[in-house]
Formats: sequence, structure tokens, C-alpha cells
Amino acid sequence: MSSTSFIHENKNIQEIESVVIRFAGDSGDGMQLTGSQFTNTSAVLGNDISTLPDFPAEIRAPAGSLPGVSAFQLNFSSSDIRTPGDQPDVLVAMNPAALKTNLKDLPHGGMLIVNQDAFIDRNLERAGYTSNPLEDDSLKDYRLIKVPMNTLNQNALEAIDLPGKAKEKCKNFFALGMMYWMYDRSMDVTLEWIKKKFGKNPNVVEANSQALKSGYYFAETSEIVSTHYKIKPARLAPGTYRNIMGNQATAIGLLAASELAKTPLVYCSYPITPASDVLHELSKFKNFGLKTLQNEDEIAAIGAAIGAAFGGAIAVTGTSGPGLALKSEALNLALMVELPLIVLNVQRGGPSTGLPTKTEQSDLLQALFGRNGDSPIPVIAAATPSDCFYMAIEATRIAIKYMTPVILLTDGYLANGSEPWKIPQFSELKSISVKHPEHLNEEQKFQPYLRDEETLARPWAVPGTKGFEHRIGGLEKENISGNVSYDPLNHQKMTDLRKNKVRGIVQDIPDLEVYGDQQGEVLIVGWGGTCGAITSATEKLRKQGLEVSCIHIRYLNPFPKNLGEILGRFNKILVPELNTGQLCMLLRAKYLVDAQSLSKVQGKPFKISEIMEAAQKLYSKDQEVKNVAGSR
Amino acid sequence: MSLEAVKAKNDNNSAPIKLNRKDFISDQDVRWCPGCGDYAILATLQNVLPKMDVPREKQIFISGIGCSSRFPYYMETFGFHTIHGRAPTIATGLKSHRPDLTVWVITGDGDGLSIGGNHLIHALRRNVDLKIILFNNRIYGLTKGQYSPTSEFGKKTKSSPFGSVDYPLHPLTLALGSEATFIARTHDTDVKHMMQILEAAGKHKGSAFVEIYQNCVIFNDNAFSEVSDKQHRDDRSIQLIEGEPLIFGKDKNKGIRLNGFKPEIVEFDSQQVPENLLTHQSDLEDTAYAYMLSRMESPEFPIPIGIFRQIRRPTYDEMVQSQVDNAIQESGRGKIDRILNSGDTWIVE
Ligand code: SF4
Repeated sequence: MSSTSFIHENKNIQEIESVVIRFAGDSGDGMQLTGSQFTNTSAVLGNDISTLPDFPAEIRAPAGSLPGVSAFQLNFSSSDIRTPGDQPDVLVAMNPAALKTNLKDLPHGGMLIVNQDAFIDRNLERAGYTSNPLEDDSLKDYRLIKVPMNTLNQNALEAIDLPGKAKEKCKNFFALGMMYWMYDRSMDVTLEWIKKKFGKNPNVVEANSQALKSGYYFAETSEIVSTHYKIKPARLAPGTYRNIMGNQATAIGLLAASELAKTPLVYCSYPITPASDVLHELSKFKNFGLKTLQNEDEIAAIGAAIGAAFGGAIAVTGTSGPGLALKSEALNLALMVELPLIVLNVQRGGPSTGLPTKTEQSDLLQALFGRNGDSPIPVIAAATPSDCFYMAIEATRIAIKYMTPVILLTDGYLANGSEPWKIPQFSELKSISVKHPEHLNEEQKFQPYLRDEETLARPWAVPGTKGFEHRIGGLEKENISGNVSYDPLNHQKMTDLRKNKVRGIVQDIPDLEVYGDQQGEVLIVGWGGTCGAITSATEKLRKQGLEVSCIHIRYLNPFPKNLGEILGRFNKILVPELNTGQLCMLLRAKYLVDAQSLSKVQGKPFKISEIMEAAQKLYSKDQEVKNVAGSR
Repeated sequence: MSLEAVKAKNDNNSAPIKLNRKDFISDQDVRWCPGCGDYAILATLQNVLPKMDVPREKQIFISGIGCSSRFPYYMETFGFHTIHGRAPTIATGLKSHRPDLTVWVITGDGDGLSIGGNHLIHALRRNVDLKIILFNNRIYGLTKGQYSPTSEFGKKTKSSPFGSVDYPLHPLTLALGSEATFIARTHDTDVKHMMQILEAAGKHKGSAFVEIYQNCVIFNDNAFSEVSDKQHRDDRSIQLIEGEPLIFGKDKNKGIRLNGFKPEIVEFDSQQVPENLLTHQSDLEDTAYAYMLSRMESPEFPIPIGIFRQIRRPTYDEMVQSQVDNAIQESGRGKIDRILNSGDTWIVE
């Protein structure tokens, strides 16, 4: 099948379970592309994968500078993995700045591949090196491999008619080729991609393909590494798979929801990192009858979505934290007029502009409470990149069934990270029922706030339906008639109804499942993108014989009905969050448990080891307390 | 039934019914102050809608916040009283999703030009097919009398006891700069003129912007004496009539002509209209003439009343819809399984 596969007769090939590679270079070096190509290739080979892109907020910070470093880490494995890895086994550094910012994460003994040609005085100076680390002794603790990539790449592309600058741009493919050989990957997926991407320009196709192959053959023949490695396919459940990033999954999930509801989707958004890719993705799918509007600002985006919802659409507005803040007044309007609306918040580091390209999960309290008045809104959160697909459908289902805005939380880590996804059959997904009232008896007047007894949802009568002319608005509504009402008791009643409607959703969401024993010493409680790290930490702790279990909350308002009961079955509760303890505070307030927060706000996801350490500490402290108590 | 089916059904059975003003009066008590100019505007629109050949259930009124924004409650149509300044956004979303509807936006000088200024200019520039009616009373009424973006410089109000130091903006100049395709001005004391203008706006395809001088009897009475004072209005305002020279005055003896780039008033014997007067033309792509009109102010000039601009351009909602239609035509109705299975896939057995 493969035109580039090798018979590894005389090379030393070693089988290993998993590897973590980090590609790091200047933001102009194409590291994101390199990383995603390695990811796709490894996915197609059947490895389990988890990825972590890490790019600067500036589009092109000065070349060679520290803020301009862009990196992509991926973990690929023959077994089940859930995170991009705590630390890289291999670091590919394309310039001194990339080395400087990333070396601290590489453990001693790790493999370090550097582009030697980039270690010139100017770059060294920009990175703040006073002497060349390739020449002084400072890298002696690593397996350093120096490759003059610019030169080798330039030589390989000599015969191709392209300007030197364009050729130099191919050097990331040279690096990629080397890594392909080292980890026994076929070049096919990337060669195919190059053809598709640059098809119009044969010289560019030729140059990139040549760079890739040269890197591959160079690694093979030069024996700069004596061993190369094989990572067998992971034993995943049978099915058809693809690699998917969270934002992609969200977009496709919304599209699927619209198909399941047989109702057109209108996605309204204002460009904002890291949510814009959802807008980009959806704007390709016009032939599904969906419309994407790029509005003049965040408020306009939610306004337009509310207008579309009034007109009968599945209306969605996507944003990130600062955008959600701007949308809060309109979000309350949607709540008051009880129209279905999905608000996607791809969280990033805050407050204010914060860390646009870095991940955080610090908008939980904003999503729950960041509005005037008593404002109950269902909030749900995706746990993994592919879970974004299912949660997008779930947000839509709840919004329509209960006639309410719903906030769907994802985060930068999920949005840009990827994992293999077993593709579901569309026919197996549950359809979403949409009802617009159409018939009234003579003499009957339409009552826009006459609720469904079970769900407390009001009817969704859309403009254009004869006999259903009615007015809605942000002023308090009289129950049933929907007329403006300032009556004190009516306001009490409507406030209660809005609260009870959202509370009632608890009957309609799945119970939490405990990973590990159903009761015991320590329970780790997570939500959102920390799922992978928490589950892996729990798994490892259990292997060490500790009585640790975990749960992952995807429904944050309302909480699943068995949450309180589960919390009660454990002696200690640890809540790791990429914020300063928001869920932890809620659990303590609502369930009166002594939950302990493990907080991290560094723009980076949790390492498995960080969670393990905290759990171990809590565990032993508990033992200690017990011992002290016992000796009394 | 799908939305399409609902639409089709309504298309079939509701068009021929003849409607009259009463059909558009809701059961809600109107709560503006007695004597407020809003009453006349409400009655006029209720008279205009039956002339629109659009079934009642397809006429939608969307408003923001302010005295004028209570409007939808009094109309027996679909209505949405939204939040301050944001009505154009909601209307844009609704119209984009449902090009079959006729969408009116009711706003005021505070709602549309202050807190909602950004949305107004973007709705206009996109040429969304909306009929935006701005009730300009040059004051904040609902919040009890603070100066607004159209209040005159130096105005003394509760929030500006020493006089406002804000320069006012010209709503029609703003609309022109925002590329509105229909721009007009009328006033609440001339019901016949209002009827004409609102009907023309209602029938215009594209973003229509109508400024209505509206008298707030409580906080800014007589703000528009140039047009409301019967004794002087012929001398202080000028009716823009398509294809006719710009003539005004009780005795029809004054006109507007250009002196270089500037307009100037000429007086003449009403029997002998000079040839070099400007002739009103609203269908010019070029905005220079309409701009000049929009800057004519009292007391130097008579205030122009009428249609300043009326051109046809593809509308936003039309184009959004046609991109969808074209995509379906070109590549067929999308198949979700194909999207799910796109990109590099592999099979685990
Ligand atoms: S305050 Fe002025 S604008 Fe408002 S209702 Fe009273 S008169 Fe009309």
C-alpha cells in the first residue's frame, strides 16, 4: 500500500508503547502544520492520540523572539491515552527561542533535535543566550541531535525553480520527514495533503514533497539516531475513526443537531479567539441550508441569534469569555422571552483580554451567574474534543425542549486539541422534536406563556403563523397571557417558574457514573477539559493501590441528581480546576461538603502528575488525621 | 410541520383578506402621555399597514427601549420589545432567517443613535431589508428628560443644568454615511405626509431609514416648531418633491440653488421661477446632493422634509439566502454522514 514504507532490515527497530513529541519553532516556521500532519498520519496508523497546540497571541511576533514561539505537542500511543502527555520525550527546536522557552519541559535524558543552522548570533541574542548552547556544555543532560536543516533542505531543493525564501519555508517538512522515519510512519498522508493543498503550484508541491522525503532519507541514512521506534495501533473499539479537534466537533455537532431537528441553523458570531474556527467551519456548510452571520459585535451576534430564534431557527452564537460578558444583557432577554438559544463559550485565560490563545476554565461562574436579576440558565460542558459533538447536540435539545437559552462551555484546550473519534452513524442519533403551534379554535386567543405542564416550556409560535400574532419582550410577563405585568405576586410566580423550569431538566439528564469504586477515600471531581488528566490520574493512583475514584460533571446547571449522594460516599473530595476553585465553591455551597480545590491558572492544562500528587497528599493527610484520631 | 410547510400554508390562505386599520390595533391600553406625538405615528402606521399587501402575521415590529419602543405592544402583529439599542440586531437575525417577513424597527434618538448607534449603522450599511423608523424627539423621555445625541448644543436639562457640551449628530447624514438605500424625514404633525413616507419606506426593498420629528410634550415641547408651527412652517421647511425644483415659502417665492459647493436661498417673483434652482432627485447613487440636504438646518435654511434618497441594491437577506440556494444547487443538499466521515478516516476491526 505505501510507496514509502521500508523494510527495516539493518536498522535497529524498537517497539514502544507511547511517545510525546513537541515541535517548537518560530510562529512563521509552520509548527502547527507540522504537528497536525504528524497527528493525522499517526491517527491513520491507528494510534490513540491527544494533541496540545500552543501558539502565541501575536500573529507574527518578531522572528526569532521569545514571544513568537509556537509549539505543538502530541502524544501517540498503542494504548488508551487521554492527555497530550505531561512532558515531551522528544523536543524538536527549530531556533534558539524555541529551545529557550521549551527546554524546561524536557526531562533529562530526553531527545533534543535542533536546527543547527538557526543558532546564529542574531537569533541567539534575540533568545537571550549569551553563548551558543549547542557549543557550551549546557545541553549535556539531553540526547542532543544537531541537524543543519536549512542547509540540508536548501541542498535537497536546489534543482527546483523557486525563490530561496520559499524553499526555506519547506524546512518544517524536512523536520517532519525525520520524525516520520524515527517513528516508522508512512509519508503518504502528508504527501497526499501537499498535493491537495498546493495542487495549483507544481513547484511548491515538488519542493514540500522533496523536503519531506529528504528529511526522511536523511534520518534513515545518516544514522544520527541509531534506533527508530514502532508504536503499534491502539486497541480501539471497532468502527470507522477520524481525528477530530474540539471546535470542529462543536461545529459538526451543531450541524447534526440542526439535521436531527429538521430545522435550519443560524450561527451568529463576531470573530474571537479561540472560537472563530467554529464560524469558519460552519460557513462552509451552506448547502445544509444553514446561515452564518458575521455580526458587527458580540452583542449584535447574540441579538441576531435571538431574532433568528424568534423566527424559528436553531440559533447559536459562539464566543469566548470577554464576548460572553458583552452578551449577558441579551442573554437575559432570551431567558425572559423564553426562546431557544445556544451560546457557545470557548473559554480562554481571563480576566479581561487575558490570555487569548491559552486555555482556562474560569468562566463557570460567569456562565451561571454573570447576569442581572435571578437568571437561571442551563449550563453544560464538553469533556473531551469529540465530546463537543455530543454536547452541541445536547445543548440544542435542551434549548428547544425547554424553550431556554443554554450555555455550552468548551475551552481552548478542547477547541484546538484533537483525538481519534469513532464516527457515529447519524441514523443512530436521537432526533430532536420541534413543535410550532399552528391551530387555534375560533374565539381562542393565543396565550404565549401558557406552559407545557411537564417541561414548563412555553409554545414556540413563529412569525408568519396566522392567528398567533403576539408580543414578547424583556419586561416582566404576566403568566399565561404574556402581557406586560408589574404585579408583585406575578413577578414572584414568574421568577419561580423560570427557576423550576431549569431545575426540572434534572429529570432529563443522565446520572453521573463513578470511575473506580463507588465509595472510598478520595473522590476527584472534575468538569470540562480536565477529564482526560483526571481520569488518567485516577487510573494510575488506583494501580498504585489507592482508594481513589473520579466523576466528571458535564451538566453544571442543573447538576445531575445523584451528585450529592456520590459526594457523600467519599471521605475526601478533590476538585482540580483551571481556575481558582469555582466548581469547588459551588459544591461546598450546595452540598455542604469539605471539597478541596486544586487550582491551576497558567494557561496550560493539568499534568496527570499534578493531579496525582494532590490526590496523594490529600490521601495521606487523611490517613494521618485518621491515625491521630485513632490513637486518642 | 416544518417551518417551510408553515410558511407555505400561510402563503396560501392569508394573502387575499383585505385588512383595515382596526386589524392592527392590539388590546393593550396605549400608555404614552396625553398629547405625545407617538399617538399620531401609531395611528398612521396602523393605516399604512393595510396598504402593504402583506398579511398581518408577516408584519413584524421590533423595538428597543424608550417611549417609542413601547410601540409593538399596541400593534396587533408579531412584536418584540427587546433591549436598549439592540433592535436592529434582532431584526437583522430575524430577516436573515426569514426573508419572507416584513420587518419594522421602531427606535428613538437615544435608543438608535446613542446606545444602539453601532447596530444602526451596520444594519444600514448591509442593506438589510428593514424599515427603521426613528422617532426623534431630541430628548430622553422614558428616563425623564436628559439630553440626547440629537439635543441642540447648550441644551439645559436635568443632566445638563449648565447646558450640554455635546455637539448633536444629524441622523440623516449618519444614515447616508452608513449607505442606507432609503432615507427620509417626516413629522408627527403632518399625518398625510407621514402616510406617504411610511408607505414608501414600507415598500422599499432594502434598509429604509425614516426620521420622524416627534414632539415630546412633557420634556421637550415644541422642539420642531419649524415644521409644526402652522404660521411659519412654509417658510422654515421645504418639501422635497421628486423632479420638482426646491421651492418653499408661503408664497412659493423662495428656492435653493448652488453657489459653488454651497446651497443658498434665492428669492424670486413666484410667477418667474429661476432656472438654476436645484431639482429634487432621490435616485442618485452619488450621495453629495442628499448629503447637502441632510445638513440644511434652521435658521439658516428651511428644513427639508421628504425622501432624500431611494436606490435599489441587493439586500443582505437576499444575498445570504442566495448563497444558501446556490450552494444547494451547486453541490446538492448536504449529507451529514458525509461531513461526519470527512477528512482522513481509518477503520479499526
Ligand atoms: S415622555 Fe415625551 S415621548 Fe415619552 S410618552 Fe411622554 S410625551 Fe411621549
